[in-house]
Amino acid sequence: MRLGQMDYSVLQQCMHCGMCLPTCPTYQETGKERNSPRGRIALMRGIADGDLKLSPAFADEMYYCLGCLACVTACPAGVDYPHLFEAARADIEDSKVMPGKQRRFWRWLSVKTIFMSPRLLHGVGRSLRIYQASGLDRLVRRLGLLKLAPKGLAALEPTTPRVQAKFSAQLIDHWEYPRGGEPKFKVGMLTGCVQDLVFSNINRDTVDVLLENQSAVFTPRNQSCCGSLHAHNGELDLARELARRQLDTFDLNELDAVISNAGGCGAHLKAYGHLLADDPEYVERAHLWDAKLMDIHEWLERFDWRVPTASVEIKLTYHDSCHLCHGQKVVKQPREILRKIPGVELVELPESSWCCGSAGIYNITQPEQATKLQIRKMENIAKTGCTMVATANPGCHLQIENGFKLKDTEGAVCHPVSILAQAYRKELSNH
Amino acid sequence: MLEPLIKLLGADNVLTETEDILPYGFDGTAALKCLPEAVVFPETTEQVVAVINAARQAGVSLVSRGSGTGLSGGSVPAKKSWVICLLRMNRILEVDTDNLTLLTEVGVITSAISEEAGKNGLFYPPDPGSMKVSSIGGNVANNSGGLRGLKYGVTRNYVMGMEVVLANGEVIWLGNKCVKDVAGYSLKDLFVGSEGTLGIITKVLLRLLPVPEARKTLTATFNRLEGAAETVSSIIAAKIIPCTLEFLDQKTLRCVEDYAKVGLPIEAESFLLMETDGAREVVEREAEQMRAIAEQHGAIEVKVAQNAFEADQLAAARRTAFSALARIRPTTILEDITVPRSELAGMVRFVQSVATEYNLEVANFGHMGDGNLHPTFLTNESDTEEMERVEHAMQRIFDRTIEVGGTITGEHGVGLAKKPYLAGQFHDYSYPLLKLIKQQLDPDGLLNPGKIFDLD
Repeated sequence: MRLGQMDYSVLQQCMHCGMCLPTCPTYQETGKERNSPRGRIALMRGIADGDLKLSPAFADEMYYCLGCLACVTACPAGVDYPHLFEAARADIEDSKVMPGKQRRFWRWLSVKTIFMSPRLLHGVGRSLRIYQASGLDRLVRRLGLLKLAPKGLAALEPTTPRVQAKFSAQLIDHWEYPRGGEPKFKVGMLTGCVQDLVFSNINRDTVDVLLENQSAVFTPRNQSCCGSLHAHNGELDLARELARRQLDTFDLNELDAVISNAGGCGAHLKAYGHLLADDPEYVERAHLWDAKLMDIHEWLERFDWRVPTASVEIKLTYHDSCHLCHGQKVVKQPREILRKIPGVELVELPESSWCCGSAGIYNITQPEQATKLQIRKMENIAKTGCTMVATANPGCHLQIENGFKLKDTEGAVCHPVSILAQAYRKELSNH
Repeated sequence: MLEPLIKLLGADNVLTETEDILPYGFDGTAALKCLPEAVVFPETTEQVVAVINAARQAGVSLVSRGSGTGLSGGSVPAKKSWVICLLRMNRILEVDTDNLTLLTEVGVITSAISEEAGKNGLFYPPDPGSMKVSSIGGNVANNSGGLRGLKYGVTRNYVMGMEVVLANGEVIWLGNKCVKDVAGYSLKDLFVGSEGTLGIITKVLLRLLPVPEARKTLTATFNRLEGAAETVSSIIAAKIIPCTLEFLDQKTLRCVEDYAKVGLPIEAESFLLMETDGAREVVEREAEQMRAIAEQHGAIEVKVAQNAFEADQLAAARRTAFSALARIRPTTILEDITVPRSELAGMVRFVQSVATEYNLEVANFGHMGDGNLHPTFLTNESDTEEMERVEHAMQRIFDRTIEVGGTITGEHGVGLAKKPYLAGQFHDYSYPLLKLIKQQLDPDGLLNPGKIFDLD
């Protein structure tokens, strides 16, 4: 068992001061210690000490945690919660204590099959696209055919993201070079999995922004999922396999940085060194990878990125993706970038770093709590008076977009980089 | 036994499953834990009475608890006990701007009290390190201090009245909104700091102050450990009472900076965070005087916070000191000694020499203006030999503290952690007197037994 075997000082690091309590969305919801970071760590310690059995209640608790990592930002003692949490979920999956054939089937289909293979994922994406683009989805809804689908699936159907006509590989060349002059940097571009299907346009925008900032961009074909989905859901071995695949896809010696534009992926991608610590063949490369892995905003703010001369007249607010702000500590950079774009008026969002409820696949596994958080987020957005929300993670992007749809209010979501790309494009058309 | 309570409070307010109750087996103190038999959440005073009666019938004791941030083990469950968690009594009932008071239930978080006062242009001074987490009831039951104790005193100085449920189930109201009141014994003061052993406080009436007109925050950096202590003693001797005089040694500075990243001088041997507030002219004058005194004692740098944001950032960083120290070793054993302020420099030196003698790692910080130090042993609870050395070192520090006229705990309380040392400080009839009071109010030992002292 991982909790039992891990370095005990990691568990001991929590001295239960409680500083995490006010920042934990689930504790704030229920007011019960077991739903708090310090409570969950106490339960994990109970398992490690043999005082507590690995029970369904323990499993429920670990899956009730959003994994938003707000507690990590709050923790003065520096507890390594992300890895405790991953170990706990892996123990739960190994123990098969979670009941349900149906759960096992969906996990097999999604986590263990579709998200392991870029080809399968693209295939699913294409089918979804046909379903949505043909208007078949509207027809199915009108005929009430969803009543035939399993209950959970039917409830989720309206929130299914709209798949793009073209995926990243059709929008981005293998190598792209900036117009005129030698590139100053060479960077690799991660296209993600959900991002690739649903927000391939954001990937295109990211590459455009990199090109405008003296970077040659290398975008490998058929990229795999980064494995964060797997690591956060108790499948550490599959996560390792996917990490190795990423490392094999990029020649790190040739690249100054590898760029991610999705907060959730980036946080996991930066921890490959930890994930592959026991893999002598890969560990060294994994540490180099961690050092070169950059969120796009982080990368731009590292040097004097070029402020566009054209303006984009827009008032917007910014929602912090949990894993971008708590996981990667990238907080100031996206705001700085947005503020510097001429014409952009950035209004601060109350509780901007409070989880929106998307939390990976949490909105699928825990719809009730996810919806509560979504409503809270939408209420805070309404307070800003903005109808445009910038955020840098596909999960948050969809969750807030669906929030607007559910309330039937006017509103849209964008990635900060898309606004910047828009300004650069406007420069070109101005000339 | 819990059936009637479940009926009365609702199933969601009575927890018995191991996964639910295990996280209530500890507070913010290292290495102390005990599993309760149940955790109950009353929402009204009547429900508290019902819980007391049910516990009496069930033959279990009751350990009252707020957010469980205590640092003496005061809310660690006793054997065969129920935890009565008061966090769901969480309404602020009244802010009286004519009489400058605030009436609240005990489960309200301390910082919410401050904010509510602020909204009405008023000020609730006590600001314990855990104020964003701790409940006001916990603060009153432990008579908590904070960063502003020097000028504004501690929680006790702001409690004007309270509602208490006694062990016999009687509900009493003590105190009022009057500035003066000498009718009978000051019973409310008996319950302030009683650590849940005499009754369960359910409502408190708090005194508020006008918001000070101005404030100024300074920091002073020293390349000698005693520099900070000497400066504090001199400031007090110069008849200046600033709002805050906080001390951090190098080890603490480094841990806090590692977490908070506010630009603290990590090369300094000692560091002072100073704040003065009040009328604008007074604040300016005191700030200048404090700067001069710090420089006389060899401060290598004295800086003034540029704005309220920077000042708040420094205070917030200081509040994380105790938790941030957990970065170095697995276990942090925190002390809370307080000495007359003339003894500060000597005490700081003494702590250092004891740590050296027992070959232990110690960090030191504290509310130096109050003479309150938090020497913290950085150790490992699973190393029994090292823990024994910690015990010896602690005993030496307590002995010395009492010798120079100090107290073993300034603001954390006795609870379980300081219980073995209390008799050393209460060496006359005052010690049996403590027990006498407990026996009168709770003859059956229903409320938080085994805390502060053992009855036999």
